[in-house]
Amino acid sequence: MARKTIALRIKRQDSPTSRSRWEEFSLPWQANMNVVSCLMEIRKHPVTRDGHATTPVHWEASCLEEVCGSCTMLVNGKPRQSCTALIDSLGDGPVTLEPLTKFPVVRDLQVDRSPMFDALKRVKAWIPIDGSYDLGPGPRLSPAEQEVSYAFSRCMTCGCCMEVCPQYNDKSDFMGPAPIAQVRLFNSHPTGRMNARERLEEIMGKGGLVDCGNAQLCVEACPKDIPLTEAFGELGRQTTLLWLQQLFGR
Amino acid sequence: MAAPRVAVVGGGLAGLMTTIKLAEAGVAVDLFSIVPVKRSNSVCAQGGINGAVNVKGENDSPEIHFADTCRGGDFLAHQPPVKGMCYAAPGVIHLFDRMGVTFNRTPEGLLDFRRFGGTLHHRTAFAGATTGQQLLYALDEQVRRHEAAGVVKKYEGWEFVGLVRDDNGRCVGLTALDLRSMKPCAFGVAAVVMATGGPGLMFGRSTNSIINSGSAAAAAYMDGADYGNGEFIQIHPTAIPGMDKLRLMSESARGEGGRVWVPKRAGDDRAPASIPDGERWYFLEEKYPKYKNLVPRDVASREIHHVCVDLGLGVGGDMAVYLDLTHVPRETLKRKLEGILEIYEKFTGDDPTTTPMKIYPAVHYSMGGLWVDYERTSDGFLNLASSRNQATNVPGLYAVGECEYQYHGANRLGANSLLSCVYAGQVAGPAVLACLGASKAAGETAASLLEASERKWTERFAELGKRDGPENPYRLADELGKVMLENVTIVRDNNKLRETDAKLLELTERWHKAGVLDQGTWANAPLSFLNQLWNMLHLARVVTLGALTRDESRGAHYKPEFPKRDDVNWLKTTVATFTPERPRLRYDSVDVSLYAPVERRYD
Ligand SMILES: Cc1cc2nc3c(=O)[nH]c(=O)nc-3n(C[C@H](O)[C@H](O)[C@H](O)COP(=O)(O)OP(=O)(O)OC[C@H]3O[C@@H](n4cnc5c(N)ncnc54)[C@H](O)[C@@H]3O)c2cc1C
Ligand code: SF4
Ligand code: SF4
Ligand code: FES
Repeated sequence: MARKTIALRIKRQDSPTSRSRWEEFSLPWQANMNVVSCLMEIRKHPVTRDGHATTPVHWEASCLEEVCGSCTMLVNGKPRQSCTALIDSLGDGPVTLEPLTKFPVVRDLQVDRSPMFDALKRVKAWIPIDGSYDLGPGPRLSPAEQEVSYAFSRCMTCGCCMEVCPQYNDKSDFMGPAPIAQVRLFNSHPTGRMNARERLEEIMGKGGLVDCGNAQLCVEACPKDIPLTEAFGELGRQTTLLWLQQLFGR
Repeated sequence: MAAPRVAVVGGGLAGLMTTIKLAEAGVAVDLFSIVPVKRSNSVCAQGGINGAVNVKGENDSPEIHFADTCRGGDFLAHQPPVKGMCYAAPGVIHLFDRMGVTFNRTPEGLLDFRRFGGTLHHRTAFAGATTGQQLLYALDEQVRRHEAAGVVKKYEGWEFVGLVRDDNGRCVGLTALDLRSMKPCAFGVAAVVMATGGPGLMFGRSTNSIINSGSAAAAAYMDGADYGNGEFIQIHPTAIPGMDKLRLMSESARGEGGRVWVPKRAGDDRAPASIPDGERWYFLEEKYPKYKNLVPRDVASREIHHVCVDLGLGVGGDMAVYLDLTHVPRETLKRKLEGILEIYEKFTGDDPTTTPMKIYPAVHYSMGGLWVDYERTSDGFLNLASSRNQATNVPGLYAVGECEYQYHGANRLGANSLLSCVYAGQVAGPAVLACLGASKAAGETAASLLEASERKWTERFAELGKRDGPENPYRLADELGKVMLENVTIVRDNNKLRETDAKLLELTERWHKAGVLDQGTWANAPLSFLNQLWNMLHLARVVTLGALTRDESRGAHYKPEFPKRDDVNWLKTTVATFTPERPRLRYDSVDVSLYAPVERRYD
């Protein structure tokens, strides 16, 4: 039987430096609600469960169809997109919302994921084309190669994999699974391959591939089923090869 | 004197392409975006991007693409920019291919193409069911490369709020709000390019990202930029009804063979699979034997509306029809449509490979937008050396992408938008360069102008930040969305449009009594929303009054009182100029010199 109300426990924090606190809300249940629609209801009636006026909860969202990566948060302790977190699939108890823990809180449920974007710069996650003018068709690719690359090109920098990775934390330099997997994407492209070495060098050093403990948790957490650890295996082979080449002075 | 900088506002496909063109020419760019640019609304595009590469032996050509686009838009678009776009399209697709977009391939390793609405050719390149995401990422990566090289500086988490204009009316900068510190800051630049996307939020729920408020384009309009063809709003025939958003079911579902039907008997509550073929009404196939399920969007939306509202044949008595893919081989569905079918299943719990989807039309795209100019050559293309291309009427202010009006006339064809965004960016880059070359005298923006603008906005937000009135801005926005959705979408009636305008005036009154909900000074979203809502209300009047005035039916604009297209009186661009009382409307003639208007038929 469907429930009549939805209870929410939300971890709130006014600014990066303030202390966090919990607030509870109770909303009338409606069909097909997701976490985002609950947060939208709260801003239309910003009142806690005990009837105290409060400010609307702050969070990030944009596409509402799990393709932009914005709305990632901990829903009942699990990192996921709040737009695809359907209330009816979350059990009968209160729904707990918290910000991701591996990134600095901006406010309430919004965190600062700029380290992920910075890492993309570091690993040179792009194809260095000569220019954006018309230079004719690109290289041919088999459908099979396309399929493999497509899987990696769907990474929406959401941060779920980073959140669960035990090696990615403020005490380590590890750049985390998502940016490393992008190296796999660019190094397999016929043009991107020409600069494979530069990217490999970035992930061979400190904070790179060697820091991965191969715990596989990232793969399980990725909402887009990106084969992260397969990529690490492949990159491991590529870096070893490069290391050997360097060792023998080539 | 420091080298000139250019501001690009918006990091969707259009803004990023413009940025790349400028950065490549060595011009420093300040790139503003509410969200990290990689999360822009362009990620949502599923179906694909058009270009007549002609790989299926169908004798497709840019000229046919051009004709399809003019006709699809019911001849309301100026033809030279459309022609330029269609001829450039194959090159645009090849460019993305070189950037590493994971387009689907044929067995020979060439790009694969699918069919989309409004054409009989396989002309749409696609990357799984997330083409927009893949194209956006490709440009995001290239911009990151220019950022790493120090040519582009990103301001992500900043919201454009207004233009800075000098005494001659020239745009010499902009003011943006830092969405964390909530402090407005003015930037002096040599030119500003608006690339801020569509206004879906004006209709409450739509297929758009929820950041698509249209408020930036509205702010430019209120600062003096004209707005063109505002009344043309595309309703996509197939979306998944939802509480927070109407998620799109891409046209590619029909491109891959999806069939639209309802049970012939009203209120038939059998499971769809147990309704025999003879008791199903494939109404699009019956009425449009040539294009069948792939008629243009406005036609399909009106037919679905008619079947549900006028005939009462909606599935289970609801506002819904079936979109059926259950006959398409599973392997094809997985390979070509996986992403969108996943979305359907994620949000409804039903598996579309075994159960027909339930869908209904939803607001999807604005053909209208900031008015922009162009300069044509004698053979009907754009003169790419001209500073007039993509230029608004405000000197120094440009617009590209969904926030401008130029490429789609009265109705946009599927998969032509991504193309128009990228092409406009490719055109705007050189146009801005030409503008910089011509205005060397402009020099640096006077500090006094920047200070004045910054002061104005600081005072404005300080005042808004203290509001404690009884109205809730988000509930006001709901009311706005409701009235716009009811009266200014698929079917339009002059009395209803007059009522809508009265309602908009009432909401504008009540906006003054809205509280800010949060008086804090850090990352205060309701404060920024309160300002956006003001802009949205003004833009809604442009849409509504444009619709009220246009007494004909053309493309997405349909009035049963005036069911025919009227070229004698209305083959005209609507141009709205802001005045404090109401938008002032003017009607300009359309350049249809390359393809003389014919009746638009798809049966
Ligand atoms: C669900 C869906 C599916 C679609 N499928 C297709 C398809 O298959 N093929 C096709 O051709 N088209 C499709 N479209 C249409 C197409 O995706 C859009 O028209 C196009 O992506 C718009 O791109 P843009 O660059 O103009 O703007 P957007 O991608 O919307 O980007 C706007 C940018 O402006 C920024 N911005 C907005 N306001 C401000 C402000 N005040 N200050 C600073 N920055 C601001 C945003 O942060 C963002 O970066 C689809 C649209 C939707 C919604
Ligand atoms: S395999 Fe484990 S350690 Fe390595 S990136 Fe994934 S979660 Fe982190
Ligand atoms: S790899 Fe997966 S979990 Fe990690 S950021 Fe990308 S999409 Fe998110
Ligand atoms: S809002 Fe884009 S992933 Fe949820």
